Amino acid sequence: MTDSKYFTTTKKGEIFELKAELNSDKKEKKKEAVKKVIASMTVGKDVSALFPDVVNCMQTDNLELKKLVYLYLMNYAKSQPDMAIMAVNTFVKDCEDPNPLIRALAVRTMGCIRVDKITEYLCEPLRKCLKDEDPYVRKTAAVCVAKLHDINAQLVEDQGFLDTLKDLISDSNPMVVANAVAALSEIAESHPSSNLLDLNPQSINKLLTALNECTEWGQIFILDCLANYTPKDDREAQSICERVTPRLSHANSAVVLSAVKVLMKFMEMLSKDLDYYGTLLKKLAPPLVTLLSAEPELQYVALRNINLIVQKRPEILKHEMKVFFVKYNDPIYVKLEKLDIMIRLASQANIAQVLAELKEYATEVDVDFVRKAVRAIGRCAIKVEQSAERCVSTLLDLIQTKVNYVVQEAIVVIKDIFRKYPNKYESVIATLCENLDSLDEPEARAAMIWIVGEYAERIDNADELLESFLEGFHDESTQVQLQLLTAIVKLFLKKPTETQELVQQVLSLATQDSDNPDLRDRGYIYWRLLSTDPVAAKEVVLAEKPLISEETDLIEPTLLDELICYIGTLASVYHKPPSAFVEGGRGVVHKSLPPRTASNESTESPETAPAGAPSGEQPDVIPTQGDLLGDLLNLDLGPPVSGPPLATSSVQMGAVDLLGGGLDSLIGGPNFVAPPAAAVPANLGATMGSGLSDLFDLTSGVGTLSGSYVAPKAVWLPAMKAKGLEISGTFTRQVGSISMDLQLTNKALQVMTDFAIQFNRNSFGLAPAAPLQVHAPLSPNQTVEISLPLNTVGSVMKMEPLNNLQVAVKNNIDVFYFSTLYPLHILFVEDGKMDRQMFLATWKDIPNENEAQFQIRDCPLNAGALLALRGCEQQATEQQHLHSRQEERGRPGYALPVPEAHQRHLGAGRAAYPARQPQLHAVTEMSSARGVPTRVPGLRDHSQELSSHPVPTPAFCQP
Amino acid sequence: MIHSLFLINSSGDIFLEKHWKSVVSRSVCDYFFEAQERATEAENVPPVIPTPHHYLLSVYRHKIFFVAVIQTEVPPLFVIEFLHRVVDTFQDYFGVCSEPVIKDNVVVVYEVLEEMLDNGFPLATESNILKELIKPPTILRTVVNTITGSTNVGDQLPTGQLSVVPWRRTGVKYTNNEAYFDVIEEIDAIIDKSGSTITAEIQGVIDACVKLTGMPDLTLSFMNPRLLDDVSFHPCVRFKRWESERILSFIPPDGNFRLLSYHVSAQNLVAIPVYVKHNISFRDSSSLGRFEITVGPKQTMGKTIEGVIVTSQMPKGVLNMSLTPSQGTHTFDPVTKMLSWDVGKINPQKLPSLKGTMSLQAGASKPDENPTINLHFKIQQLAISEGLSYLLLLLCGTHVSLLQSAPVSG
Repeated sequence: MTDSKYFTTTKKGEIFELKAELNSDKKEKKKEAVKKVIASMTVGKDVSALFPDVVNCMQTDNLELKKLVYLYLMNYAKSQPDMAIMAVNTFVKDCEDPNPLIRALAVRTMGCIRVDKITEYLCEPLRKCLKDEDPYVRKTAAVCVAKLHDINAQLVEDQGFLDTLKDLISDSNPMVVANAVAALSEIAESHPSSNLLDLNPQSINKLLTALNECTEWGQIFILDCLANYTPKDDREAQSICERVTPRLSHANSAVVLSAVKVLMKFMEMLSKDLDYYGTLLKKLAPPLVTLLSAEPELQYVALRNINLIVQKRPEILKHEMKVFFVKYNDPIYVKLEKLDIMIRLASQANIAQVLAELKEYATEVDVDFVRKAVRAIGRCAIKVEQSAERCVSTLLDLIQTKVNYVVQEAIVVIKDIFRKYPNKYESVIATLCENLDSLDEPEARAAMIWIVGEYAERIDNADELLESFLEGFHDESTQVQLQLLTAIVKLFLKKPTETQELVQQVLSLATQDSDNPDLRDRGYIYWRLLSTDPVAAKEVVLAEKPLISEETDLIEPTLLDELICYIGTLASVYHKPPSAFVEGGRGVVHKSLPPRTASNESTESPETAPAGAPSGEQPDVIPTQGDLLGDLLNLDLGPPVSGPPLATSSVQMGAVDLLGGGLDSLIGGPNFVAPPAAAVPANLGATMGSGLSDLFDLTSGVGTLSGSYVAPKAVWLPAMKAKGLEISGTFTRQVGSISMDLQLTNKALQVMTDFAIQFNRNSFGLAPAAPLQVHAPLSPNQTVEISLPLNTVGSVMKMEPLNNLQVAVKNNIDVFYFSTLYPLHILFVEDGKMDRQMFLATWKDIPNENEAQFQIRDCPLNAGALLALRGCEQQATEQQHLHSRQEERGRPGYALPVPEAHQRHLGAGRAAYPARQPQLHAVTEMSSARGVPTRVPGLRDHSQELSSHPVPTPAFCQP
Repeated sequence: MIHSLFLINSSGDIFLEKHWKSVVSRSVCDYFFEAQERATEAENVPPVIPTPHHYLLSVYRHKIFFVAVIQTEVPPLFVIEFLHRVVDTFQDYFGVCSEPVIKDNVVVVYEVLEEMLDNGFPLATESNILKELIKPPTILRTVVNTITGSTNVGDQLPTGQLSVVPWRRTGVKYTNNEAYFDVIEEIDAIIDKSGSTITAEIQGVIDACVKLTGMPDLTLSFMNPRLLDDVSFHPCVRFKRWESERILSFIPPDGNFRLLSYHVSAQNLVAIPVYVKHNISFRDSSSLGRFEITVGPKQTMGKTIEGVIVTSQMPKGVLNMSLTPSQGTHTFDPVTKMLSWDVGKINPQKLPSLKGTMSLQAGASKPDENPTINLHFKIQQLAISEGLSYLLLLLCGTHVSLLQSAPVSG
């Protein structure tokens, strides 16, 4: 009698039959019936109709029956919430049971029932269980908090379970500690801002003690948690390392890798001269090697991580080349990873061995693997100069095998070798040309054509060869077509006499018969170059090409540092930071390696901010390149802005400053509390989603105008997004001129030159007033500070949020895009005081249809806003009903509501700015004048045009 | 943490699913099937597959894919280790882990999975605790259960779960106290034509079966522990003592467990206990080649070599082979060109040999490479890595009869 009998009942009245059996008086029959139900459930049959009958079986002393019913409940409670309530009483009763196993089982099962109504009843039993005398119950309850948080986060916070959970970290039982850490880590993942795992030396000590005694899984949780901690100094780091090192000998590979992560991270803080540093390096190698004798799936993950470790600290595994040699029975995914690491470890010392292996691999059967092996030979040649000759001869041997894909792959890598060592191995060209006909892949054909073009003067029949390719020009892929065009032009420049016809032919093919714009444009460029100035053409086309860099596939150092912090996680498998692929991107805190010397960690630069804490960066503000490109493309589709470009004079003249005059004196006053250093960038990052609150927060910056306040520099463009160029900056206004203070840091390995900057069209027409001046080339690790003067004469387009500025920066490497939010105060002019009469007149000038009234609801108050609220109240009492006029519909962000003005009719727009100011008396004075009109240069005149286009009214303006 | 688990057979049917959090639709496995189709062989399915909302991590064992679904950033090794543990547990419970067996015991499987994870967090993964919670099905128990109506589920709180030695239950009693230690070593070695070793490394494990009463505290010492390059221990081993004294001190779990696995690398001299003499010649013009191999013992310290199997991948040009072995049986597959010779025991007086001719493709040139020969063998009671061969077991408390068997396979 086996369980398979449960699967065989496929009769029509199955459900009916089961129902009858479930209601049977006989215990045994009941149990059999429940078993059948579970069996159907496991294979995905719908047995939810039996819910009430199964729940009836729950009141039993039989533990197995109880468990089976629990299993059923967990699966179906969601679809039958009302019925599930019936089970609550039994749960509550079970939580009081003298047997801790039953108590734990009850609290565990309750947490798995994802029904809100049940969750409420769960709180009391859970609270008891968290303080239970039995550690087994406590540890189960700890996990239950995480479950509950997943269902109803607010409830968990309100009930104070998080604090209880934090207390459990100092529990006497290591298993409870481990589960508390696991639960907290999971909760923290969905709440990146909350400081749930606030680690200090005391709690670290407790964790380290628990680490020795808890289960292997608990060790993983604790180690991952330790990795988020940043020790105070190198001594603390060393003592943690010492206590973590024994974990390297654990049988569970996940424990080993988590320990490796902690060590790799904390090693960063140790000085290299330390004896201990060397010992640690030595201790890291054997466990990593042992990981490679585990199951292939484990090997794969381990290899992906070793790939990172080898890039960061090649010294660890430099003597272990042999373990990365491919075994014949490795799965293909392991083989490919091993190959990658072999190349990374290749050096002059072991190159002979590596080459012999690679040559062997190139004769294997698996096509993908063979291709990669051939590529690897080429990479060895580029990496280890001394071996280049041997690599080339190996490749030639492989070409002799005449295996089609081997030959093609070999030709592609030989092209790279030519780029690296020009004029050295041209003798092999003849051999390559023999295989011309067998090439059928575009990449190989393109590579071959490039070689022919590049060395046209040494190949007697280059014209014939190229001509033969030209015959099927239209059937070739674009890659080949472009290469062919260039190669023939090169040929022409080298042997002008014989090849005139050929070049004519290819140019006409490229420009007249082709649909591909790239090809056509390149054709025209060559054509014009050749027809106007052949000498210049020669200089351009035959210019000396930069040598290709040694290792093109190295991970950027900044990204690598970040990934080291993610060893053993999915991020390390994909070699991408979690922000790049974790769902929603929410909850991702950038991690960074701790600085080497902990003493100077305080202020200096954002990249030395403690790991785990949200660093001063504002990654969310910067759209990915793709998004931004989309934005830039959309430019043309937006409402066309007609009318003359804005004149500078009108800006100056019409500009009236909201906060000028009386307020000026107050700003520097004692009441004013400067925002904490990081406030502005933090606000920018946090409120990206809603332009509404965004602008509001910005006003904290507005209060500091007249050049008195300059926000600290924030990182606008992290180095990992811009191939090593890091840009941080801020905006300032000083004596009437706006400028953008930039700090460019080169974190790449190569020199950067040719900087240029450009702004996208933006709401206020901000544009650089002078080109970006970087006088000397920026060498690696160099930082330069630049102040870029700005004006507001650029073209105007409404942005969302209003103060969004999209910037493109170019250098010799690439073009990079980022966007940033500028504080509005930089746009306000200093001489903006307005006479009361004039203000009233201006108000009246605004047509009535632009007036809108609305009520603001549900605005949470915070302490900082309370002051401002007082200001609003005063206004409100004086004038219960302020009129709000949507003066310019095209500037929704400007007509700001006052969120603090809870449940009150208030003038929105203009009232907002003064209301936000802490200087209440000044505001009150002005509010008697029905608010203060504000002008921002560059907006006023333009608004008329904007309003003539139908722009949807922003949601918050509607009543 | 781990969201769900799907068990998929090699023909692509999901025959079991288990969810620890909310239910994930089984359509998520479509991504897995895609990857499965792309990979030519089941072994080549990549272990980590991203889908738009989930990640699928899988292991392939016993012709079954165990696919775990995760949604958040979870250490992949953690998941994969856990999946392997699941397979081991099934094997432990049912003897074999196969689709029919899992289907036969689906309720036990479901109960075990439920006990192993809670909300995706591992709960009880030690097999002796699991067995206390849910008793493994045996024929006798099934009969008894049917008659008495009792169940496979234990109604006692597994005491081990609470103690500081979670791997051992309390109150164990045996009339015969015994402990077995198996040292199993695998040598991976490459030997060149002239017989010198190019690389050699040893992967070894010590598997133990301990049946002792009470809470025994064992100490195991090695003659030459320095030989071990890297070791990984069962959690019961006290690491501190190993670090300082190179002595294994532990309270063993009850029953079978892997005490230690170790790695001895090529830096240490490894004496290979067998040798192969070969004489394989292809002649350019002729369509016949000669083939002769002889296997003999070397440094075995008087132990017999058993279970010898010689396999060799012949070059493509070989059409067929006609060979006569002095002992054992041999086969040659003309399609895969794989020669396999099951030798059996080696008698040092009369060395086994395999002689004969190969018929080669007419006109084909001489193959570039000589065929490689793989050799599998077993030696009882010998450890290649000297120093492990002498074990000294101290036991505080009761007396035991110590039995040791040490098969070596290469």
